[in-house]
Amino acid sequence: MSKILIVAEHDGARLNPSTSKCVSCASQIGGGSIDVLVLAADGSAVASQAAEIAGVGKVLVAENAANVEPLAAVLAPQVAKLAAGYTHVFGPSTTFGKDLMPRVAALLGVGQVSDIMAVEGSHAFKRPIYAGNAVLTVEVPADAVVVATVRVASFAAAAQGGNAAIEKVDPGVALPAHTRFVSRSSAATGRPDLQSAARVVAGGRALGSADGFKIIYALADKMGAAVGASRAAVDAGYVANDLQVGQTGKIIAPELYLAIGISGAIQHMTGIKDARTIVAINKDGEAPIFEAADIGLVGDLFAIVPELEKQLGS
Amino acid sequence: MRRIMVGVKRVVDYNVRVRVRPDNTGVVTEGVKMSINPFDEIALEEALRIKEKGLADEVLAVGIGPADAQQQLRTALAMGADRAVLVQTDASVPPLSVARIFRQLIDKEQPFLVLLGKQAIDDDNGQAPQMLAALWDRPQAVSCSKIEIADGKATVTREVDAGLEVLELDLPAVMSVDLRLNEPRYVKLPDIMKAKKKPLDTLALGDFGLTDASAFKTVRVDPPPQRQKGIMVKDVAELVDALKKKGLV
Repeated sequence: MSKILIVAEHDGARLNPSTSKCVSCASQIGGGSIDVLVLAADGSAVASQAAEIAGVGKVLVAENAANVEPLAAVLAPQVAKLAAGYTHVFGPSTTFGKDLMPRVAALLGVGQVSDIMAVEGSHAFKRPIYAGNAVLTVEVPADAVVVATVRVASFAAAAQGGNAAIEKVDPGVALPAHTRFVSRSSAATGRPDLQSAARVVAGGRALGSADGFKIIYALADKMGAAVGASRAAVDAGYVANDLQVGQTGKIIAPELYLAIGISGAIQHMTGIKDARTIVAINKDGEAPIFEAADIGLVGDLFAIVPELEKQLGS
Repeated sequence: MRRIMVGVKRVVDYNVRVRVRPDNTGVVTEGVKMSINPFDEIALEEALRIKEKGLADEVLAVGIGPADAQQQLRTALAMGADRAVLVQTDASVPPLSVARIFRQLIDKEQPFLVLLGKQAIDDDNGQAPQMLAALWDRPQAVSCSKIEIADGKATVTREVDAGLEVLELDLPAVMSVDLRLNEPRYVKLPDIMKAKKKPLDTLALGDFGLTDASAFKTVRVDPPPQRQKGIMVKDVAELVDALKKKGLV
């Protein structure tokens, strides 16, 4: 009988959609209960959002002033303590979960399954290796706690309409003071969030400059899309790091992905494999991006993109 | 001695297009170019820069792997590491065991900083640094793009989904590095010659007395599902038509 604990990702006010995707993954294991753990300074708003996810049995809230920022060194001992009695402990494979969950696993003395992309059984999972160029099926010993991160692009959000009980918990563990939050900065744009957007317009090195990237923003705004970028465009300083899509950036699964001036390196493709439709616009007809694109157009992006923006408006 | 410990993993070179073995037991590694994990190279470069600023006395490169992993450690020595240790094994070593090995080496070497790649590009696990920090009960900073060391503390900038996060850590600490931290130096021929004289010690995995009952079993390895090749359109009007047909605009 499985008993699954999911560590909620949130910003203090809103539950991140990644949590609901973890619930989807957990529900595929079946035959047991799913609880969500909210670690926060004040967890009331986030807990009530988590309680609405269908399939959640209980929402546990561990409130502590030290939980105001998600520091792995502070959260991990609490999660490890509260994991007692659970067969599985899941977190999202976002920068939040990637930071926290291995620390939890080590405290529990077990390995971690990173980036679950499919559930094959209560202790068997598929996960990508070699930048997604191979898929590993891995089995955790039956008597070990399964600590894992869930590849959010592989799972749909769970349905709403749940009404889980909310319960305050106190892990009662000593928390370290050796790690201190200083600041967080994000290039907030008012555009849809890259990780969860239905449409993404992404640009590569061929845009040539931060100024050249403006046509990407214009097209994205016309389409109500999020903006993404290849590693080359981020490294060249055209856009901020949080727009990077790929093996070492964000892994996304939009309905529509427009890759503009992106050649399609393996490391980039691993980030967009689950996109429903990929459109590639590139001046090099031999670019590897065309091998994976559903629709390809060869030509000068500086002519095509403004024209596309115009035609979409009419 | 102010020491920095750096992890150096031998992996299939990032330019190699890996192929799954026909018997589904893994990927083809015979006759394939092997290199230092690119993130580890960035970790090593950062350690060398910290030493060059006069903030450290020694950079120790640690590898875990087969005898051939000496090649990557020699490259690390040629880049500028002062000495290297290879924990030799032909077995695949899971991240928790890697963390336990480093934890034992920390007792012996007493580093004030452990710098590791944020993930190895073969298994893509991204676990060992955080696991080590847990076992050592010390701070961790994952995906660092800037590291500043002063007065027994580190101020690090790390890449997170929301943008950039700045943390202050007491030392010693474990940091995992991201791509934009630095650009590793090229190795020059005289440095390769010099590196041959630098100490490279070999330890046996058995010396660490590890028993990992929670080790996972590889059931099988498959190629990823392939996307169907799509259509080519000749101009913007055709593209817009195709998107409309799919109901995407």
